[in-house]
Amino acid sequence: MSKKEKHLSQFQLAMRQFGRNRLAIFCFWILVILYLSAAFADFLSPYSYNNEDRNYSYCPPTKIHFFENRKPVRPHIYGTHLTFNEIHKRVYVAEIKRRHDIKFFVKGDEYRLLGFFPARLHLFGVDAPGRIHLLGADSRGRDLLSRILFGARVSLSIGVAGVFISFIFGLLVGGVAGYYGGTTDNILMRLCEMFMMVPGFYLMLALRAAFPPDLNSLQVYFLIVVIFSFIGWASLARVVRGMSISLKEREYVLAAKAVGLSDFAIITRHILPHTVSYSIVAMAMSIPGYILGESALSLLGLGIQDPYASWGNLLSEAMGIVYIKFAPWILLPGLFIFVTVICFNVIGDALRDVMDPLLKMEGKAP
Amino acid sequence: MTNPLLRIENLTIDIYSPDGVKELIRGLHLNIEESKIVALVGSSGSGKTSIGLSILRLLPAAMAIREGKIIFADEDILNVPLEKMRSLRGRDIAMVFQEPLSAFNPVFTIGCQMNEVLKFHTALSWRQRKGKILELLDSVGIPEPGRIAGQYPHQLSGGMRQRAMIAQAIAANPRLIIADEPTSNLDVTLQAHIIELFQKIRKELNIAMLLITHDLGVVNALADEIAVLSDGRIVEWGPTQGILKDPRHPFTTELVNSLVT
Repeated sequence: MSKKEKHLSQFQLAMRQFGRNRLAIFCFWILVILYLSAAFADFLSPYSYNNEDRNYSYCPPTKIHFFENRKPVRPHIYGTHLTFNEIHKRVYVAEIKRRHDIKFFVKGDEYRLLGFFPARLHLFGVDAPGRIHLLGADSRGRDLLSRILFGARVSLSIGVAGVFISFIFGLLVGGVAGYYGGTTDNILMRLCEMFMMVPGFYLMLALRAAFPPDLNSLQVYFLIVVIFSFIGWASLARVVRGMSISLKEREYVLAAKAVGLSDFAIITRHILPHTVSYSIVAMAMSIPGYILGESALSLLGLGIQDPYASWGNLLSEAMGIVYIKFAPWILLPGLFIFVTVICFNVIGDALRDVMDPLLKMEGKAP
Repeated sequence: MTNPLLRIENLTIDIYSPDGVKELIRGLHLNIEESKIVALVGSSGSGKTSIGLSILRLLPAAMAIREGKIIFADEDILNVPLEKMRSLRGRDIAMVFQEPLSAFNPVFTIGCQMNEVLKFHTALSWRQRKGKILELLDSVGIPEPGRIAGQYPHQLSGGMRQRAMIAQAIAANPRLIIADEPTSNLDVTLQAHIIELFQKIRKELNIAMLLITHDLGVVNALADEIAVLSDGRIVEWGPTQGILKDPRHPFTTELVNSLVT
């Protein structure tokens, strides 16, 4: 055994074991791709989230053609015009004469890359007046792929932001309650129970109702994060409190007191770091809840408002059975939610296996 | 004669258990003069460690000081506000624990934990603290202080850990060190090294020490005075050589005899 190998930290060992779980790694990369696409949504999507063309209302996914007259040519699409069939269903008829080649790195809607650099470049697109809708279009003729990519920004970040805030809060409350014990503990824990007593979804609705309905989307975004954090901290605080009660009896806590550290320093530096293996797993496991929560709020029209996109409010278009029947692609945001939630759950499970010291002792360790 | 550095007067410690209240220490008197090493010996469970902890006001919740005074540098430390007490801990009174492996937090490096002490008790900048840590580690005889400072407690050997513990204790130049069985988990050669180290510290830094132990060999090599604790009281207290040669109390006799064999 080389010297380097001998001194792998606990974290490195855990990561190594995590790496052996193929499924978790696969899910991890899916999430990386999703998060990157959300960050570069402006560039990857052919249109901006509010670029609409009513002539393409509920336009089905555009077919890409590779051949013309049986000869291979540049991938292209055909322009369409809208007619109605005998049952007044929309039919888009392709016109062979209006051929539009798919071009890469085209100039399109203006945006600011990562919020800073003004740019017009898009990964792909077609020349106007042609429109390319790889995943179809919604009622107002907006490109669903573009809207899903923009919606990912809200849906993916809201989970992380919500978890982040609620965990800081939960860790602190739990740490303080466990460390001081007695009355402090009693008050804080009864407070936790008050929050846990109310079913989360109703609490969420009630809190949303407490704020004015006509907030702009940025405000709504922060409001949702705050609401989620408000609901989510209690269950974590209870567990951390239990761990903190046991951790405060460790000798290094006594030693930390003996060198004169303040209570806050002892809680944050000598107690909470030891709950990290639990908290990481709990974090990964609770992100899906936040994503679903945002979707639910937006689906009910209480979250992110049109024209801004989130996966939840994209799905709200699919609430009527009629729309699902003749434009099934508007359900696609649901697939994205599904994949994201599954990925987080798989990763959370894998992390739990890795972090659980009991499992490690069963001879799996290197 | 000036006042002693530490004066414990009539200290009584109660211990609470489901069966009721018991007296662990009853009316204990003990003085430690400036830069003197006083050994507190007694059998296990006699409350030696509790006396050490009560000086720092860190008794576990099941124990409480019923009465008595602990006067450190003319200040009754049982009555100073908590904030003041905190600044005394580590800066004026430091503690060396019996088991350095559990007294160091396993998730931080040695250097990081020494840095904490310096950060709380000195006004040194980050860079100065870093230099001071290396200096301290070097002064307690740790080879390659730079490497050791970056290591986690479990990566060090027992002797190195104890040295690091001592380095942490002397970091803020305390006037009194409470050493709780500092050598009982080490083998004999390492014990000798640590004893040597304590002698060096005492000679160079003039730090007084309360040496809590049951090992008369260590006492013989280090202590100026012995206080023998038995049945919650100091039963015999005097200069080391005198007591080792001529023990008066039966318990001390027993201890001394066990040393010879």
